[in-house]
Amino acid sequence: MSKEFLFTKTHEWVQFLDDTTARIGISDYAQSELGDLVFINLPEEGDEVIVGESFADVESVKAVSNVYSPVTGTVKSINKNLLDQPELVNMDAMDAWFVEVEGISDKGDLLSEEEYKKLIAE
Amino acid sequence: MEIKTPLYDCHIEAGGKIVPFAGYLLPVQYKSGVIAEHMAVRKAAGLFDVSHMGEVIIRGKDALDNIQMLVTNDCGRMIDGQVRYSPMCNGEGGVIDDLLIYRIDSEEYLIVVNASNRHKDVHWMKSHLQGDAELVDISDETALVALQGPLAESILSKLADASKLPKKYYKFKYNVDVAGTSCMVSKTGYTGEEGYEICCKNEDAVRLWELLLKAGKDDGLIPCGLGARDTLRLEAGMPLYGHEMDEEVSPIEAGLGFAVKLKKENFIGKKGIIDRGTPTRTRVGLKITGRGIARENCPVFYNDKEIGRTTSGTHSPYLGYPIAMALVDVNVSSVHTELEVDVRGRRIAAEIVELPFYKR
Repeated sequence: MSKEFLFTKTHEWVQFLDDTTARIGISDYAQSELGDLVFINLPEEGDEVIVGESFADVESVKAVSNVYSPVTGTVKSINKNLLDQPELVNMDAMDAWFVEVEGISDKGDLLSEEEYKKLIAE
Repeated sequence: MEIKTPLYDCHIEAGGKIVPFAGYLLPVQYKSGVIAEHMAVRKAAGLFDVSHMGEVIIRGKDALDNIQMLVTNDCGRMIDGQVRYSPMCNGEGGVIDDLLIYRIDSEEYLIVVNASNRHKDVHWMKSHLQGDAELVDISDETALVALQGPLAESILSKLADASKLPKKYYKFKYNVDVAGTSCMVSKTGYTGEEGYEICCKNEDAVRLWELLLKAGKDDGLIPCGLGARDTLRLEAGMPLYGHEMDEEVSPIEAGLGFAVKLKKENFIGKKGIIDRGTPTRTRVGLKITGRGIARENCPVFYNDKEIGRTTSGTHSPYLGYPIAMALVDVNVSSVHTELEVDVRGRRIAAEIVELPFYKR
């Protein structure tokens, strides 16, 4: 199973760990556009997430933004480190996963890294 | 179509993230980011382009009488080189704008207004002028930069004769030579720190900006954007027009009673303010103790009863927790009162605290 990153047009990344389990975060481009993050609101373990619907929000000093789920499934675990250290996302967005989702039954239109780079270059 | 300030190219070159604000294109932040810019002002110094602010001259034999009529504060005993803060009200006692009034001499005053209200203010002031007084809007020819922070004085002293700089808060000097450029330098600001606001002609702005940044480089001076300007003024408990006050809110409710002189013979809005009677709402500071950040316009609850709304809110970079200001029922406005704020459908805990949140 490849551990490649796929992206949404709304700047989330998803990394499948197996066919029905994946980690989700936001892209480096997204963190740089948002600026210094100071608060992240995550769902709880056991919550359902749905393709294209907001499952978390991130607050920069200036504004709040929704984070949309690239998949439909159940939250298996959340990255608790982000609750106290939202700046981890600014430091390394591709490492700072938000949630791990299991039982994935649906996924949205996902872009390869190359396609995503083209999108943000536009 | 937004206007570029004379410093626009400097902002682009410094990696400024440009946003439209009150009809101008201005940097919300530079490469270092809002938190680093904020902390630079608290610990060292920051440089802001505030050229979007409006500047208006009122001059003539009756200049003072007109200003006395237009604003709520008393400018009668001002001396040359003094600055005074004042709301300007409509007949109903709502706030049209809040301003800084600079007395150049007994027949000439400079008034600095909010960019978003400039045209409204000029129209209002012109339509109320009486006697020997003329108003000139010099905003389009004038640049304004703010050098703020504990090291501001030592940095500016590298480019200007320190003895020529204003020494006290809310004092200014006209015609100060800053590195060969004639500037008006005032000891004012919107950050809660010591510092200066420096006014010059558009054509001198780039040179002044670059020389200031160079002079302060080793002291940690960095350019700062609108983002840090907002978090700094919020920590300092300073109101922002359109948030803590507007044409519906009286200056008393907005916590600006210190700048409303009801003993003054007359001014526009005096009757309106008196007719409103004892205010039923007041501005308070909130420390958010729950998880989340309350921005503006969040409903505020006390024992499940809505008692007001937040007017501004952010994460406080210096204090490290979220803060907000709110306009609430005066009966539930004492310090230490525990409240809840509705943040996008979620109730989070908050506590009323003293304003300002930060004091140097």
